[in-house]
Amino acid sequence: MNGTTGNGIAIDVKGLTKSFGGREVVHDLSMQVKRGSIYGFLGPNGSGKTTTIRMLCGLLTPDSGEGTCLGYDIRRDAERIKRQVGYMTQRFSLYQDLSVRENLEFVARLYGLRDARAAARDMISRLGLSGREEQLAGELSGGWKQRLALGACTLPNPQLLLLDEPTAGVDPKARRDFWNEIHALAADGLTVLVSTHYMDEAERCHEIAYIAYGHLLAHGTVDEVIAKSALTTYTVTGEDLNGLAAELAGKPGIDMVAPFGTSLHVSGRDVAALEATIAPWREKSGLHWQKSSPSLEDVFIELMSRSRDNFQ
Amino acid sequence: MSTVDQPFPTHEIRERFGFWKRSYAMLLKEFIQLRRDRVSFAMIIIIPVMQLLLFGYAINTTPHNLPSAVLIQEDSDLARSVLKALENTAYFRFLYEVHDVDDFDNLLKSGKVLFGVEIPRGFERAVRRGDKPALLVAADATDPVAASAALGSLGMVVQTALKHDLYIGAPPEMPFEIRAHARYNPAASSSLNIVPGLVGTILTMTMLIFTALSVTREVERGTMESLLSMPIKPVEVMFGKIIPYVLVGFVQAFLIIGIGVGLFGVPVLGNLVLLALLSTLFITTNLSIGYTISTVVQNQLQAMQMSMMFFLPSILLSGFMFPFAGMPAWAQYLGEGLPLTHYLRIVRAIMLKGATMQNLRYDALALAVLMLIAMTIAVTRFRRTLD
Repeated sequence: MNGTTGNGIAIDVKGLTKSFGGREVVHDLSMQVKRGSIYGFLGPNGSGKTTTIRMLCGLLTPDSGEGTCLGYDIRRDAERIKRQVGYMTQRFSLYQDLSVRENLEFVARLYGLRDARAAARDMISRLGLSGREEQLAGELSGGWKQRLALGACTLPNPQLLLLDEPTAGVDPKARRDFWNEIHALAADGLTVLVSTHYMDEAERCHEIAYIAYGHLLAHGTVDEVIAKSALTTYTVTGEDLNGLAAELAGKPGIDMVAPFGTSLHVSGRDVAALEATIAPWREKSGLHWQKSSPSLEDVFIELMSRSRDNFQ
Repeated sequence: MSTVDQPFPTHEIRERFGFWKRSYAMLLKEFIQLRRDRVSFAMIIIIPVMQLLLFGYAINTTPHNLPSAVLIQEDSDLARSVLKALENTAYFRFLYEVHDVDDFDNLLKSGKVLFGVEIPRGFERAVRRGDKPALLVAADATDPVAASAALGSLGMVVQTALKHDLYIGAPPEMPFEIRAHARYNPAASSSLNIVPGLVGTILTMTMLIFTALSVTREVERGTMESLLSMPIKPVEVMFGKIIPYVLVGFVQAFLIIGIGVGLFGVPVLGNLVLLALLSTLFITTNLSIGYTISTVVQNQLQAMQMSMMFFLPSILLSGFMFPFAGMPAWAQYLGEGLPLTHYLRIVRAIMLKGATMQNLRYDALALAVLMLIAMTIAVTRFRRTLD
């Protein structure tokens, strides 16, 4: 029923490359996503996340590379993939001038659900949108729009959800509800690939991949990605951290200096060089230094600045 | 390498010439946008040039080479001379020579000819006897401009021609009488011509624009991405977007014809069911063309411009504004490619002449062919991916 690979892999692609107007947006990207897992897709704006997602669901044809999505060839079987994949676009792409119910019924009918009205009605109550059925989608708040969009793409019971920055511009409470919903869906066996900017969301994924400038730079569980980074981080608290940051920036062994509220994260890949450089400041009174494990954000920012040097 | 928050750089703000600088920046921006929007850019040039060319060359209210038929009931030298004289005026071109009244009537009714000249039995003998026999000229006056100009010229032209041909010395007066019969529109009332024409013209404009915007609107509102990620086929999208407007067009046609009959006293001599059927065909053809435009353009502005580019020749070259038969051959060929041309013939023939499907099958077929061509292009052009 779901193509040839029954081995628990939902997405299996190798060497995906895509250029627009001579600019390579995705370069030689390979990834595997296990069935039933939540796979986080991270990276800065314009890193190729959306392009990759669009290639996975047949909206874009890769220039080169191959692979399968739910066991179907992403080049040849785009139409079959579309039937089993729910794609939630980055920009709200339901009809603003249609009501909640009309949008859901439209989707249900497009996928050929037997009783479109009943399917829409059930989804409305599941989404907690009862009482708002007749409201125009364009009049919903950001959080409700996003819930509606998620409802629309889960309506035809897909095997795989592709969510492109679903929580951008949504308040924390709605974000938390949304993630609870995603975990509930994954528990039902649905595979979810979700792109995001938020670190707390990355930490809610089973596995993550980091992509920058079209290159997949790191992937694995959160702990694996942090471990693989081989980054040493010191957290500094005290006075005049801004001055310290300016002084440390660019010194040998210092790959990254980033303020976090009342503290400053100083990180580097070369532990010896890092410690040699910071030694004079460690003696300084009024500053408190503590060696800590890097946060996911430290790792990503470091990956990003490194990749900028390599690819730009 | 490191990312440290720097204070925002501040620059001195100079207020002098601010208005001009901002205006210039705006102008530059607009110009760059326009330059990248090639269709819009081309339209700026194409529309005035096209108008100039069309008005300058194609539009000719003096008819010439009007397709004509002759009903010959007597084959005499004089009859030949009269015909030759008529043809020499360049107003008429005799395409058919028939001997039967029914054939003659059918040619006029189907619109194959706009003029018919009937030479009665015993014509030459009657002329020589000085009986002033009648030479019947039947004109399809559903298009009064074409008909009246040609009719008006008849008397003079024939008389001058015959002076040289028939007599030594000019006859004191016309040796025979030309009896002109403006068929279908005896009062040469232009509302009879214009109301049916308006049905076609208004339908062309509204139908085109409805569908021309349909696909681009989806693209611009971002809904196309979601639509394409769902399992729907291009043909389905097309029909889904065309069919609702068939009804809209039908209501429009009904209104225009209703007002035409009610206020202008335009008759509907033919079969209403036939009119409704062929109108539906015409509406669908226009919607398909609009939809095709929609699949080709990048945004709504381009869609509007391209619709206008199609609409303008439709008005000018279809026989709505100017007599079709008066246009040069190349313009007539272009006109044959426009649905409005065929529909105008259909709607005028059904309403004013009571024509039947038999008379109109060529125009109906032409509409169907144009519709299929448009739909084929639309379906193949529809982008199934965002590539």
